[in-house]
Amino acid sequence: MTLDINTLLAILAMALATISTRISGLVLIRHIKLDERWKTAIEAIPPAVLMAVIAPTAFATGWAETLACAATALAARRLPMLASVTLGVATVALLRAAGF
Amino acid sequence: MLQHSRPTGEFLAGIRAIFPLVVAVIPIGLVFGAVSATKGLSALETTLMSALVFAGGSQFVAMDIWMHPASWIGVGFAALLVNIRHVLMSASIGTKMQSFSIIRRYAAMLFLADELWAMAEFRAGSGRLTPAWYAGIVTPFYAAWVGSSLAGALLGAFLGDPAVIGLDFAFPAVFVVLVMGFWKGPETGAILATSGVAAVATHHFVPGVWYIAAGALAGLAMALWKGKVREQAA
Repeated sequence: MTLDINTLLAILAMALATISTRISGLVLIRHIKLDERWKTAIEAIPPAVLMAVIAPTAFATGWAETLACAATALAARRLPMLASVTLGVATVALLRAAGF
Repeated sequence: MLQHSRPTGEFLAGIRAIFPLVVAVIPIGLVFGAVSATKGLSALETTLMSALVFAGGSQFVAMDIWMHPASWIGVGFAALLVNIRHVLMSASIGTKMQSFSIIRRYAAMLFLADELWAMAEFRAGSGRLTPAWYAGIVTPFYAAWVGSSLAGALLGAFLGDPAVIGLDFAFPAVFVVLVMGFWKGPETGAILATSGVAAVATHHFVPGVWYIAAGALAGLAMALWKGKVREQAA
């Protein structure tokens, strides 16, 4: 159990950076008037951010990942989250084992 | 008693809602702990990082670029870049926190990990987002992330490669499920397509994690453009 001073500084810098991004959106909306265009933009944030995070995995990593994402998406239309995620993980493991 | 039952019920409902994500985050935390052990971090340092930063994506990126001695400028800037999307997330969920006092809003933002944010957005879309419900999703998820990071750091090399059994895919799979939940018709499709294409193109041509910000902003631009077209048609 050691605590290196440089490591601690690095962790604190990461924490500070993360907290400032998480707070600043809240500060932002307190200082702007929310008109129709802001509402349109804010409504689009969840799908736009989520897609940007998963796009390289879904479309540019390999066939196993692309097919498993498709299987997960299809499953999510019928099954609860845990079942869909389990199905996706099993699909990617099987496809990788099969050499995709 | 009656006064207590409603927040308690909300808290328990939050725990039930987050349960699948708690299950999904444990293997990821174990992997993070094991990776950080190979980079020379002690179990205490790993646990501190998970507890104070509490942002998986930026923690993995930090492990990717970790040096000895640690460079606070390098990992601090990387964390800022990876987490810049949190500005958008916090702006979005902030408009749905009417039942939170100002102090609670800021306190809630400290725990705005992707999974918690997405679940809160989902809740706000189908009902009312309350502080007790939010506390219910944060508490077990935070405990699971910090606890599994510690366990991973202690178990270290015993864990083996998670890619063999597909566990590295749990996190993208959760996001795929959540994306499907935000579908509201063709306009969502346009936003998703724009964000996806921009993210993949940026990921291909620009090193680092700029692809997340690029994809998110492209999706937003598409939404604004569609909104303008709709305004003009009306």
